[in-house]
Amino acid sequence: MPRLENKVVLLSGGASGIGAETARLVVREGGKAVLADRDEAKGRALAAELGDAALFVALDVTQEAGWQSAVAASVERFGGLHGLLNAAGVGVRNSIEDCTLAEYRRVNDINSLGTFLGCKTAIPALKQSGGGSIVNISSVLGLRGASYAMAYCASKGAVRTLTKNVALHCAQMKYNIRCNSVHPGYIDTPMIAPRLGQTVGNRSGRQDLEELHPLGRLGRPEEVANMILFLLSDESTFSTGSEFVCDGGLTA
Amino acid sequence: MSGELSGQVAIVTGGASGIGAASAALLAGQGARVIVADLQDARDGAGRFVSHDVASEESWKSLLADVLESEGRLDIVVNNAGISGGVGNAETTTVENWQHVQAINSEGVFLGCKYAIQGMKQTGPDKPASKGSIVNISSIAGLIGSAGPTAYTASKGAVRLLSKSVALYCAEQKYNIRCNSVHPGGVDTPIFNPLWQAMGHEQGKAFLGSRHPIGRMAEPVDLGEVVLWLASDRSNFVTGAEIVADGGLTSGLMKR
Repeated sequence: MPRLENKVVLLSGGASGIGAETARLVVREGGKAVLADRDEAKGRALAAELGDAALFVALDVTQEAGWQSAVAASVERFGGLHGLLNAAGVGVRNSIEDCTLAEYRRVNDINSLGTFLGCKTAIPALKQSGGGSIVNISSVLGLRGASYAMAYCASKGAVRTLTKNVALHCAQMKYNIRCNSVHPGYIDTPMIAPRLGQTVGNRSGRQDLEELHPLGRLGRPEEVANMILFLLSDESTFSTGSEFVCDGGLTA
Repeated sequence: MSGELSGQVAIVTGGASGIGAASAALLAGQGARVIVADLQDARDGAGRFVSHDVASEESWKSLLADVLESEGRLDIVVNNAGISGGVGNAETTTVENWQHVQAINSEGVFLGCKYAIQGMKQTGPDKPASKGSIVNISSIAGLIGSAGPTAYTASKGAVRLLSKSVALYCAEQKYNIRCNSVHPGGVDTPIFNPLWQAMGHEQGKAFLGSRHPIGRMAEPVDLGEVVLWLASDRSNFVTGAEIVADGGLTSGLMKR
């Protein structure tokens, strides 16, 4: 039996990277994927590739009204909502000395406010559909600091604890909605593409990042998508408020 | 005054009350010259009061200029100012409330660290190299999900990781500036005023105290001692750490 049969999943950042790979998996496992993304061209192309089981909606995750439209479109098209993946995010390199207040706010608005708004807007629809699963993409940098990614670390630390707060709220309210965070290491996605071609000392940016992971390579989007699939499915119904790490041993 | 912080200069945000006031008093007790930076007037406090809004970058610029001009150096910054932001949960929290809480609790600490480093890098005749200690007050809400409203929980999670990033950056730059986060459980401070009003102070304290394995809430001075230790050279090898002072609240389960 397919693992997500007839489950409707809304995916922010669904047009590329981890979001896109998860959307493919959702459809392969019998579910419906609503791709919510700023990138209309990529999002529409992927929705077309996935066929009737997919829908694209344009979404800026920092806008509450946009989230409301995305949730409404999901329910209207597919009759309910059973899963939410908050995968939209920006990866920015800055330090405490060179980051401006405007940049700090921008990164936190997209990564942290955006995830909060996703949870807030999806909860009523998930509840109405009998419950469901929310998966928030944090990062290994929500578990460990990085000298070169101050604002990003702050935003992913916020997602880490926000997730637990949402999980406990839903548990207390007996909504049958679970909420977990996923903490990927460096995954070969468009987010880190600019770094791969750079030179770090006498190595390429790719080698430099590969060496951070005891497994000696970058993660592949489908490896994270597999973890997300487990969390979206009914195989994980006793897991909530937890941190799921997918990092090739980086934080070990 | 003589003491182990003699000659050092400290800024304590939110220093007019609660953990901030207790920290200011203990730092001053060890001889530090303390700047009590707060929106709320604290002219009777342990240090020199400067009106300050942590969410405003302009306010940080003028505070740092004031301190460097009048004191000539900066050694300790305690980023303590914060708000609970009410009782919003995952469904009722508004964007406005979220932004307000992040502006004070998260952006305020970001700015506090940024300007702390600027000040601590300043050298002078009695301070030949950059050196300092930044103490960021997070919360057990930065560790677990049940200890506060939604926006507060997220803001304290941000402070937890931001502190590590700052610690690592300063180490990498060889600034000799340390940065740590403190995670208090329930402390008898004005942040609980709504609860005191609803239940009465003593009953409220007993109620919250019973949730801590140690059987009581913290007094502000309990946290002030943690801040003093992190601010002083006694914690010289401690940086990027999470110092939990919660009466055992996040430790685990007790017989029931």
